[in-house]
Amino acid sequence: MKDAFGLPQSLLVLGGTSEIALATARRLIARRTRTVWLAGRPSPALEQAAEQLRGHGADVHTVAFDALDPDSHETALGKVFAESDVDMVLLAFGILGDQARDEREPAWAVRVAQTNYTGAVSAALVSARALQTQGHGSLVVLSSTAGERARRSDFIYGSSKAGLDVFTQGLGDALYGTGVHVMLVRAGFVRSKMTAGLEETPLATTPEAVATAVELGLRRRSETVWVPGTLRVVMSALRHVPRGLFRRLPL
Amino acid sequence: MSADTAPVTVTVTGWGLTAPTAAHVIRPRTYEEAAAAVRACGVRGGIPRGLGRAYGDAAQNAGGAVLDMTGVDRIHAIDADGGTVLCDAGVSLHRLMEVLLPLGWFVPVTPGTRHVTVGGAIGADIHGRNHHVSGSFSRHVLSLELLTADGGIRTVSRGTPLFDATTGGMGLTGVILTATVRLLPVETSLLSVATERATDLDDLMARLTATDHRHRYSVAWIDLLARGAATGRAVLTRADHAPLDALPARARRAPLAFRTLQFPPVPAHLPQGLLGRTTVGLFNELRYRTAPRARTGRLQRISTLFHPLDGVPHWNRVHGRGGFVHYQVVVGRGQEDALRRIVRRISARRCPAFPAVLKRFGEAAPGWLSFPVPGWTLALDLPAGLPGLGAFLDELDEEVATAGGRVHLAKDSRVRPELLAAMYPRLDDFRALRAELDPRAVFTSDLSRRLAL
Ligand SMILES: Cc1cc2nc3c(=O)[nH]c(=O)nc-3n(C[C@H](O)[C@H](O)[C@H](O)COP(=O)(O)OP(=O)(O)OC[C@H]3O[C@@H](n4cnc5c(N)ncnc54)[C@H](O)[C@@H]3O)c2cc1C
Ligand SMILES: NC(=O)c1ccc[n+]([C@@H]2O[C@H](COP(=O)([O-])OP(=O)(O)OC[C@H]3O[C@@H](n4cnc5c(N)ncnc54)[C@H](OP(=O)(O)O)[C@@H]3O)[C@@H](O)[C@H]2O)c1
Repeated sequence: MKDAFGLPQSLLVLGGTSEIALATARRLIARRTRTVWLAGRPSPALEQAAEQLRGHGADVHTVAFDALDPDSHETALGKVFAESDVDMVLLAFGILGDQARDEREPAWAVRVAQTNYTGAVSAALVSARALQTQGHGSLVVLSSTAGERARRSDFIYGSSKAGLDVFTQGLGDALYGTGVHVMLVRAGFVRSKMTAGLEETPLATTPEAVATAVELGLRRRSETVWVPGTLRVVMSALRHVPRGLFRRLPL
Repeated sequence: MSADTAPVTVTVTGWGLTAPTAAHVIRPRTYEEAAAAVRACGVRGGIPRGLGRAYGDAAQNAGGAVLDMTGVDRIHAIDADGGTVLCDAGVSLHRLMEVLLPLGWFVPVTPGTRHVTVGGAIGADIHGRNHHVSGSFSRHVLSLELLTADGGIRTVSRGTPLFDATTGGMGLTGVILTATVRLLPVETSLLSVATERATDLDDLMARLTATDHRHRYSVAWIDLLARGAATGRAVLTRADHAPLDALPARARRAPLAFRTLQFPPVPAHLPQGLLGRTTVGLFNELRYRTAPRARTGRLQRISTLFHPLDGVPHWNRVHGRGGFVHYQVVVGRGQEDALRRIVRRISARRCPAFPAVLKRFGEAAPGWLSFPVPGWTLALDLPAGLPGLGAFLDELDEEVATAGGRVHLAKDSRVRPELLAAMYPRLDDFRALRAELDPRAVFTSDLSRRLAL
């Protein structure tokens, strides 16, 4: 169960090797989290992530989960929920893709869309139903500012996040009053393996900063969290910049 | 809460408004309906609820059933000579006062609010300002009827393991349906109040130790924002039921009248942080300065003295939507140093604790999870949104547990589960009894899930 500060005792991470998710897990383990499920594609990295979190004192299990195989979600995640209550689900999987390649080879673009949108819709709905049955829990979804306004440089990824963002908002409204809390985390550029080698945009931040913001959002039962917080203002200004001008901005 | 017998799904919180969860709320009107509701509990079980005055998650049950017992509320028999009452568990102490005071009887123990049920009073084995004299509520319970997980009803008498598990058992042994409670005879509905000031924590403890026994009721309001030499300065309030001859002639005409005050409710959606350091600091300063150094014999109503907050409906909204944490701990006699450290740490951190009280406890009850032990109890409210509050209270808990103390489960919403066994040495007995009495864990609450009770 969560405590008065919204801190979970058990955590299910979808995308178990995500750097942002692992930073969040470490932070929550330092407070109240004792049981962690890392769901992801089986790999040595996934096992290493589990081992690392064990080192922080949690009881960690891994579970095979592939966002690109929605038919398997019910079974894969059902197993976790059948075991015990899950106080928080962190939906963290996602791929950035390669904009140039994805434009050239639509099959790759589809993969981005299927991972970030279709896969997330499926996993979120499966999780939401289980949380609703237990009558409590937070579903935290990692969205992105890339979904706020289309950019020449990453609109395939951005559009998938835009879809996920709107979907999550609606899901939050649908679950209002059911005891389930849905929280959108809109992060800007986060230094992680996803963005390794890319040129940083202004206001770049770290997985640890996202983790801090998530903990605060849980305490406040926020519906939307921006990381860093200033992005909320920046993005609301950028939303009103005319297309012609926006195209020429170095973003 | 709903007024229906058909279950409705609603989000439920405790009085502190933190950690909401959804449950099917059922409001039985008869014992049969209550028994049927218990038998119908699904895998997520059920938990009895009274008036929801527990601050934390004791009377909520995510995804399962919450049995709102306020519909089972008959007073069956009053023995006006012997001074006992047999009533349903859903009867509130407020109702008991209305009915009993005119007959010259008072409830044996009242907490800081009248709006608790007899079931909640036993389930949390509550204490009042008279603990040093009268002990906790369960001491005055002669017997009770308990609806257990199998749907059967048992009579539970004092001195049995089931009685000791149930008093303070937070509703986890079953649903209390009725109780026979011993009452306190009074000549009037007024109290004769004595007030004095203590300049610091040591002065306060010395005064409480020296003269508490002279009064039935005793409590100290403590200024946790005062620092330096004034750390722990306080205003002590002692009281006794006023005898008839202490009343002025006019009041003697209706000496047992029960009067209460009602102010408008606190609106919903107040901003957070209204009760910040400055407001509370100012209030504390005023409270201390305006309190008499020493005064005796002032007459006050029961409601004014014991339940000042009851006059303001929904006062719990004053901390805003984020809710608040009520932190109450006790450390045993001989552990005054631990208390000093705790008070010093709170005032050094400048927490806007409002209100905060210190009280000296008397003998413990046999209840396995009953809170009071002989020693010192400190209770304070803090807005849940205070940065770093969770980690800070964890540190205080360590201090408390090391000193052999504990937190009050009826008020808890955040203690680290690992500390609980140290705080409650009979926890294993409690778990074992539950495992035998209720193997399917029909009685389950958010509290029991959080702390693995
Ligand atoms: C302003 C204020 C002041 C307070 N002052 C004090 C104080 O001085 N001392 C003190 O000890 N407490 C104090 N409390 C706490 C309060 O007295 C307890 O939490 C009490 O249990 C509340 O009773 P309730 O009927 O509201 O029960 P709830 O809050 O609804 O439930 C509390 C617990 O009792 C159980 N319970 C309720 N009904 C039954 C039943 N029929 N059978 C079995 N179990 C049942 C529930 O399952 C739950 O575990 C105070 C609370 C407030 C808001
Ligand atoms: N980094 C940023 O700048 C940034 C900014 C805003 C939002 N976000 C979002 O935050 C989330 C986490 O990002 P991160 O920075 O932590 O990146 P990361 O370390 O690269 O993590 C991405 C995770 O997604 C998993 N994943 C990818 N495809 C999957 C699939 N088909 N099935 C299951 N898991 C799959 C990866 O698992 P494998 O180990 O199996 O590949 C990995 O665990 C992502 O949703 C991302 O879009 C990131």
